Amino acid sequence: MMKRLILVLCLAAAPTLAVEPDEVLSDPMLEDRAREISAGLRCPVCQNESIDESNADVAKDLRLLVRERLVAGDSNEETVDFIVARYGEYVLLRPDTGGANLILWGVGPAVLLLVLGGLFLARRRGRSDATAPLSAEEEARLAELLKDDPA
Amino acid sequence: MIVELGHFALILAFALAIFQTVVPLVGAHRKHVGWMAAAEPAATAQFLLVAFSFVALTYAFVVSDFSLRVVTSNSHTLKPMIYKVTGVWGNHEGSLLLWVLILALFGALAAWFGKGLPDTLRARVLAVQGSVGVAFYAFILFTSNPFDRLAEPPFDGTGLNPLLQDPGLAFHPPFLYLGYVGLSLTFSFAVAALLEGRVDAAWGRWVRPWTLAAWLFLTIGIALGSWWAYYELGWGGFWFWDPVENASFMPWLLSVALLHSAIVVEKREALKAWTILLAILAFGFCLIGAFIVRSGVLTSVHAFANDPERGTYLLLITALFTGGALTLFAARAQVMESRGVFAVASRESALVANNVLLAVSCLVVFVGTIWPLIAEIFFDRKLSVGPPFFNMAFTPFMVALSLILPLGSILPWKRAKLGKMAFKLRYVVVLTFAVLALIWAMQTGRSAGGPLGIALGVWVVAGAVVDLWQRANGKADRLLRLPRSDWGKAVAHAGMGITTIGIAGLLAYQVEDIRVAQVGETFEVDRYEITLADVQNIEGPNYFSTMAWLEVRQDGRLIETLTPERRRYPVAGMGTTEAAIRNGLMRDIYLVIGEPQVNGGWAVRSFIKPLANWIWLGCIIMALGGALSLTDRRLRVAAGARKQGSATAVPAE
Repeated sequence: MMKRLILVLCLAAAPTLAVEPDEVLSDPMLEDRAREISAGLRCPVCQNESIDESNADVAKDLRLLVRERLVAGDSNEETVDFIVARYGEYVLLRPDTGGANLILWGVGPAVLLLVLGGLFLARRRGRSDATAPLSAEEEARLAELLKDDPA
Repeated sequence: MIVELGHFALILAFALAIFQTVVPLVGAHRKHVGWMAAAEPAATAQFLLVAFSFVALTYAFVVSDFSLRVVTSNSHTLKPMIYKVTGVWGNHEGSLLLWVLILALFGALAAWFGKGLPDTLRARVLAVQGSVGVAFYAFILFTSNPFDRLAEPPFDGTGLNPLLQDPGLAFHPPFLYLGYVGLSLTFSFAVAALLEGRVDAAWGRWVRPWTLAAWLFLTIGIALGSWWAYYELGWGGFWFWDPVENASFMPWLLSVALLHSAIVVEKREALKAWTILLAILAFGFCLIGAFIVRSGVLTSVHAFANDPERGTYLLLITALFTGGALTLFAARAQVMESRGVFAVASRESALVANNVLLAVSCLVVFVGTIWPLIAEIFFDRKLSVGPPFFNMAFTPFMVALSLILPLGSILPWKRAKLGKMAFKLRYVVVLTFAVLALIWAMQTGRSAGGPLGIALGVWVVAGAVVDLWQRANGKADRLLRLPRSDWGKAVAHAGMGITTIGIAGLLAYQVEDIRVAQVGETFEVDRYEITLADVQNIEGPNYFSTMAWLEVRQDGRLIETLTPERRRYPVAGMGTTEAAIRNGLMRDIYLVIGEPQVNGGWAVRSFIKPLANWIWLGCIIMALGGALSLTDRRLRVAAGARKQGSATAVPAE
């Protein structure tokens, strides 16, 4: 619920649309690319909103900046790099895989493999126990039980 | 006066909770029957006291008693009555009072419905539940007292945040809390079982209804929040992977895992230690969630609830309960050896796979949520982890889970022949591929996500139908006589498939249109013609609104006139966007009105959102499945109680 309160702060400034009509590029291909890039860039003053969703002024500036770079002929990567160079990696909603971030990206698959490996080993060990021949004592007990059986 | 009494009742409840923790625990240890029995009246009385305290605070909100700090900062005389009442829990202090109220309610319920439990187990469960209460009473009384008075009361309050003045959001927190706090009871059961040193099928049977109830409420609570975000935030997103959302999602994932592993404990006496661990972790994540939400460590940009004292205290509670329970677990885990052995191809294995996938996906969400904190503290990097990460790292686990779900649900216990089981699903496979091919052919040049996601949902739903049909041995008249838990299982699984279809459809096929429209202008979006008929300024009870009339037509026929608004709340100095939505089973038409433009006309944003309602429909169906199963469980709990009663006559081993 508190999240709602926090989201409010981004909406508070002015209840407008995020992407406004005057920002939209006339070339639909370029506009699609701009939208895709904006969805992956964080609004620097908001709580976990992309610049595509945010109503904050700085988000609007960033959206216009993205479109400016695209019109100037930059590729998607160049545009993102341009923004990251100025605002820091904080604006990347999808963190890169470099350095310590390997832990972030790798933890799911690594733990899954570990668990599956552990289960596999436990099962192999368990099976060798279960299929071990009965000891002499157990054989004797079994024979006794079978003898008692009225059938 | 009433407020003072409420404050006093809360303090009394705190004292009673201490009593409820100490006396039954000692009693259970020393086998004093009277001491153990003290737990029940204590739990009942504690609940009544907190309920009175809650009523007192509600009264203060209703009569707008601005001598209370919380009322002043969260209410206003002009606010509609319903939001005066819901404003009670629309703030930190009041929501904590609701939290302890529900905590006491679950304690009392355990006392009332736990008659069939062995005396020592019941005493210990209630004592542990009481100890959780003690921690939270202390928290609320010492750091966040809702009954705090102001020396000089103002004439009017500062109003409730306008975004919270909404029915969807008003009932979102109570349901979430019912879920979180419900998991406190499974936690209490787990710790009590560790203290007893005994986990058996009966324990599994007792703990499952509570898990089911907690999960059910959590599902509804999360769905309400997501639905609210969809219609209120003005662009129709339904999930943001926000830290606070994740805080509610992690306990949900673990409660699903717990629900399934408790079945294995109950039916096969296996996975005992794991189930206990899950019960501890599920509540542990609720506590971590409370910490994330209320401490402000992960909401660094906006100072909301970032009181360091509260944060420290919550961290202490989390560490104490989770750490304490885990230590106990480590000391006692060896008493819980499993009896049942099972083959690779068996229902047990499928449920183990379910648990592994859910637990690891929860871990991924957890690491993603706290990673910005860790990166800043240990690696000196300020970074963000947002939806693109979670979509990539989390989705594969859910896909794998959905893939094995129909197969796992029809596998027999102990040992199965995979080929034979797969054969039973042949029609499901055919249907899934048919849907996949059909949608793939219908769409042109779009990504594969839509068809694959929808096919996956169809696979799960059809699998649930086949599961039910198998259980009835293919006879229609036997379908209705199946136990409710069988129905509950199939219905809940189908709900999950329906949600999957909704998410895939919405993400893949949404149409969006942003433009400037003059009054009287008509434009086309997808198959609809939309006319901006009029825009007017309106005055609401406590806000001013700019309302647009947009006529939606299909093939020249008027479907509906939608009226999106932009509201301005002068007391709070805030605005909200009220989207207007034409709900439909196959698609939503979602219209938003924006700013007036310099050259005349208005900014209008239109969305066509296919299958959007399936997302929440699926959640409701999931919850319905849980409720069906729960009605069955209650009978079974009673049956278990009778059995337990007669078992006491048998001499102890």
